[in-house]
Amino acid sequence: MSLEKFINQAISSWMNEDGPDSDIVLSSRIRLARNIQDYKFPTIFSHDEAKMIIVKMEEIINKGEITKFGQLELLKMDELQPLQKRVLMEKHLISPNLAEDSSHGACILTENEEVSIMLNEEDHIRIQCLFPGLQLTEALEAAGEIDDWLEEHVQYAFHEDFGYLTSCPTNVGTGLRASVMMHLPGLVLTQQINSIIPAINQLGLVVRGIYGEGSEALGNIFQISNQMTLGKSEEDITEDIKSVVSQLIAQERSAREALVKTSNIQLEDRVFRSYGILSNSRIIETKEAARCLSDVRLGIDIGYFKNMSRSILNELMILTQPGFLQQYAGGPLRPHERDIRRAALIRERLRMEKEKEE
Amino acid sequence: MICQECNLRPATMHFTKIINGEKTEVHLCEKCANEKGEMFMGSSPTGFSINNLLAGLLNINPSFQQTPQKTFQQENVLQCEHCSMTYQQFAKIGRFGCAHCYETFKEQLTPILRRLHGGNSAHNGKIPKRIGGTIHLRKKRDELKGELKELINNEKFEQAAEVRDEIRSLNKRLNKDQEGGE
Repeated sequence: MSLEKFINQAISSWMNEDGPDSDIVLSSRIRLARNIQDYKFPTIFSHDEAKMIIVKMEEIINKGEITKFGQLELLKMDELQPLQKRVLMEKHLISPNLAEDSSHGACILTENEEVSIMLNEEDHIRIQCLFPGLQLTEALEAAGEIDDWLEEHVQYAFHEDFGYLTSCPTNVGTGLRASVMMHLPGLVLTQQINSIIPAINQLGLVVRGIYGEGSEALGNIFQISNQMTLGKSEEDITEDIKSVVSQLIAQERSAREALVKTSNIQLEDRVFRSYGILSNSRIIETKEAARCLSDVRLGIDIGYFKNMSRSILNELMILTQPGFLQQYAGGPLRPHERDIRRAALIRERLRMEKEKEE
Repeated sequence: MICQECNLRPATMHFTKIINGEKTEVHLCEKCANEKGEMFMGSSPTGFSINNLLAGLLNINPSFQQTPQKTFQQENVLQCEHCSMTYQQFAKIGRFGCAHCYETFKEQLTPILRRLHGGNSAHNGKIPKRIGGTIHLRKKRDELKGELKELINNEKFEQAAEVRDEIRSLNKRLNKDQEGGE
């Protein structure tokens, strides 16, 4: 399969479409946790109950009432190959928990993969909407529509005081987790990020790197999300995040401006060195690839590269993960072989950009 | 057998610890065991997750901290009658068994929720349309009641009268709904 075709099949709409402020905000995500009344939570439910939930949901989507989001498809975890699950996970469509530990887990996907509904994960139903750029309000609306539609067919577990009941008390109330994925190389290079993260944490929001282990943020990509789900309305929660994100955008922009002003040649050197590595290396590890991709993306945003598409960072961060590399290779790869494949895939992707230019 | 720590009281607690195949046995009285408790009970240094953290939080509840003093029979076990999860189980895994657990553990839960959710323990967001018919009205009425109090305190009686009428009409609708439902 050609790389172009592979990419076209592999990427979801959030990865290559532009959204508001998408020079800094890569994507916005809303997740709603819901449970069905009179069924035990997935923590302890029986196989029969789990199956009944899947059957119920299958019936609902087969009615085909909701057309706005396109065709819906239900994928059962125990019918998928480990590699297929891994790929869904790397695209953030399902969680590692659903892929590995769930009993009778499933997910419902829309064609453009903007919406994914996980079934029998920690909660019976988890509605997720993933939009490009800063579009939390839009994502919340979309998730709300799906929520309303499902509610017409199932009775949700709801408590007058506690709101939507979830398996874990950290999600109860709105069941809402809103998160925004941001590329913040300016704040990292100027080391401002170290003082910003604790400040954001004090507001009850969480900042973390989404790729990479622990606190390390691979590719300067950070995720900002709410911690508290109870006591505030859905709109207030998303507004809180939006206002913090807007401030971060402003800070990141001024950090980039300052960098260009004070050390333009050093920055340009860094960006083009990284470009050199990406377009020439034969073996590249995830960490190095992420660092270089972040530099090149910064170069695109600043204007060192003309006509190169921004989506290169989103796409390649996703596509150079182990699952995708193996899918592209058509079989299992050892870590060393992955590094070789990764280098080849990146080189080819950059060549595609060049051809486009000519 | 005499407690090997104080050599006074009879040993009632017996621990066996096996680390890398090396077996050590410890025999203690209840008092000394309590003092050394942390060393022997659940002190595995491996794997620390959000659930451990959460479980730590859930155990803060004072009524459950006193348990080491009591014997097992005296302990009253709080258990959900729908899914048979006990509070202890919940505190251990940090997850509920079913929706009814929230009602069963309500008393213990409220302070925990406050701690988890920045002082909040009541839902203030979306209400499902189907369930929520009267909840919407009741919430609105409670809001208006607060407003009414404030208006009276500020001696804005004209506006207060309007709010009072609104509360009355809401009450009427609520009563009707209740009759209709029964």
